[in-house]
Amino acid sequence: MNLARFFAAIVRRELQIAFKRWGDLVSPLMFFVMVASLFPLALSPQHEMLRNLGPAVLWIAALLATLLSLNALFRADIEDGSMEQLVLSPYPLALALFGKTVAHWLLNGLPLVVLAPALAVTYYLPGEGVRALSLTLLIGTPTLSLLGAVGAALTAGVRQSGGLLALLVLPLMLPVLMFGARATDLAASGEQISGPVYLLSALFLLALSLLPLASAAAIRISLD
Amino acid sequence: MVDCSKTCLSAIDLTLWRGPNCLFEELSFQVDAGSLLLVRGTNGSGKTTLLRVLSGLTRPESGHVQWCGESIEKTRQAFTAALAYFGHADGLKADLTVTQNLEFSARLYGRSGEQVSGLLKALNLSQCAQLETRYLSAGQKRRTALARVLMSNATLWLLDEPVTNLDSVGRDYVEDRLREHIAGGGLAIAATHEDIRLASESPDEIFLGDDA
Repeated sequence: MNLARFFAAIVRRELQIAFKRWGDLVSPLMFFVMVASLFPLALSPQHEMLRNLGPAVLWIAALLATLLSLNALFRADIEDGSMEQLVLSPYPLALALFGKTVAHWLLNGLPLVVLAPALAVTYYLPGEGVRALSLTLLIGTPTLSLLGAVGAALTAGVRQSGGLLALLVLPLMLPVLMFGARATDLAASGEQISGPVYLLSALFLLALSLLPLASAAAIRISLD
Repeated sequence: MVDCSKTCLSAIDLTLWRGPNCLFEELSFQVDAGSLLLVRGTNGSGKTTLLRVLSGLTRPESGHVQWCGESIEKTRQAFTAALAYFGHADGLKADLTVTQNLEFSARLYGRSGEQVSGLLKALNLSQCAQLETRYLSAGQKRRTALARVLMSNATLWLLDEPVTNLDSVGRDYVEDRLREHIAGGGLAIAATHEDIRLASESPDEIFLGDDA
């Protein structure tokens, strides 16, 4: 079997498992929707202030929702022995973990990208801002998933690693948050956003090319 | 030194400590094609750990493992392609059915759906094929995990307690397959505290632990 079919088999299995566990899927999304929709209700309803706060709040909620969903990324596989089988399969471990990360993004990142424009309306973001929010989330959330996968792989062997994982990966996620929120903010005030968007894309490509290998190395250490 | 242009797995001077306990020290042995090695020892004597070292999952403190005369670290891909690891954990997804679990392995090994259902029948799992594996008994889970080894076509089987939790029919089936595998030129290393009977001469054994 070639590598592409192996990759497809991994993604397919992840999706099969996820659809059997709706609850785990929905709770990070619920968190995102609740945080993002409570802010406009709690703040005083001034268009100008909401429009200024919107990009930051939406991006922070998306980042925290991603963090919430990361803990379980490799935990179950290590506990039930599937990870040993993946490590001992003749296919590259990095590809297997990349497959799992892609599935994670499809199930956790993509819904955020889809939901965000609806929530942006409650912040009176203009059309330009909503488009920029979708674009930056589309580039930024896969980067967050890839970064989170390394953290999840490193902490997979540690018991009660929730806080540790956040401490490890949050600093690495900050550039994504800053460029994403800034680009949305700039677009909402009608300015050029190509600068931060290019930087976000560069971060994404860097993460895409290096981090699956880092995750694989981390998993081998965790299993030792 | 070990001469190995032929198919063999050799352990050379393996040493591993876990905390203050030395699990094995300068342990060397060789398993040739067509033979079975039983790893014996009390609970906690390091049988599983030895299998993990042999598979490359755990690194020994010193010494190394060779497959066909080459260190397994260097020939990882060739080695893992020849390896079926039947671990302490079953490696099954609790949320997926028996069939779904095995279909994934079948896809990896390029087996057809018919071969999967044939195996399920042989392992007496047909009636629970559509059950999620969380509802299976320990023995049924073991059988499902065993099906993965049987469809793998691997030369080297590393088996951790292959007959534990199995009923007598299951044990006989495993022993038959093991006999076939070895007769066909395969290698097998099994960690067990139960007897595995092969019709031919009694297999080689190594003992771990203080009472060895």
